[in-house]
Amino acid sequence: MEIKVLKDILGANEQIAERNRRLLDKNGIFALNIMSSPGAGKTSLILQTIRNLKGKVKVGVIEGDVSSTYDAEIVAKEKVPVLQINTGGGCHLDANMTNNALTNLPLQKIELLFIENIGNLICPAGFALGEHNKVLVSSTPEGDDKPYKYPMMFHEVDVVLINKIDLLPYVKFDVEAFTRAVKGINRKVKIFPISCVTGEGIDRWVSWLLVQMGKSISRR
Amino acid sequence: MHELSITQEMLDLVLEQAEKEGAREVGKINLVIGEMCGVVEDSVRFYFDFLKKGTIAEKATLSFTMIPTKAKCRNCGKIFELKEFEWTCPDCGGDSLEIVGGKELQVESIEVE
Repeated sequence: MEIKVLKDILGANEQIAERNRRLLDKNGIFALNIMSSPGAGKTSLILQTIRNLKGKVKVGVIEGDVSSTYDAEIVAKEKVPVLQINTGGGCHLDANMTNNALTNLPLQKIELLFIENIGNLICPAGFALGEHNKVLVSSTPEGDDKPYKYPMMFHEVDVVLINKIDLLPYVKFDVEAFTRAVKGINRKVKIFPISCVTGEGIDRWVSWLLVQMGKSISRR
Repeated sequence: MHELSITQEMLDLVLEQAEKEGAREVGKINLVIGEMCGVVEDSVRFYFDFLKKGTIAEKATLSFTMIPTKAKCRNCGKIFELKEFEWTCPDCGGDSLEIVGGKELQVESIEVE
């Protein structure tokens, strides 16, 4: 006997992600899922943003890594609540791991939560965590062809940060061609060129972020 | 590598549906997978053979229907397959596209006894 199922394989993950979202909303937290390939600058972006928002917004961080607590230790120096998830080989965070992390964070002390995903442009795109926005950090040394190679990731995100623009004179990266390709398959995406080393563009990104937070909280 | 968790989720979903139907055994599982999801068929088969042991899907086989990534041109409405490095409409050259296929990740149906 054949039974029609017609259900999404990741439906269970979506349900837990939805529960996470409600928990975040109840606590007045705006959450970002930060994704990129390894070394594109996720942790540097989080550090720059925390410093920019110091005294203005209470930030918390979930650090996802295959192993080590290296990133969590760096972030903890900024005196914000941080929780490390080690996936032990897993290539992405999922909603369940995020849920465990949320139950171990002081949620009442957080207004903006960064969830730093595993460095990977494939798997994290498919797994919702309960975040309000998906952010992709794409750095100039990776090349401007990445949207063509990882269309799902570029299609899913709300923001693309072109990091390491201070290296533009030395690497082959056509900002205009890259922007055209990304906008071609993702009309709603916002793109900000930034450098986490020189600080260029960080103010524009942070202003946009504050507007998103305000909108999200007033909708609840 | 995400195939391990995708395969586990797929098996959980299949077992839940089969139990709901009071099935004793799952024979065949029909999957619909979009190319954009980056799911490797061989890898899913490998994990499935390992994960299904000791379940009512122990003898089950997998059938894959792969869906190519398709885009619709926002300018002229043409629907075409998206090829690597060719993200423009073959008819009008428009580069504003809507993805209309290739994101599927579904259990379409199962055969049970």
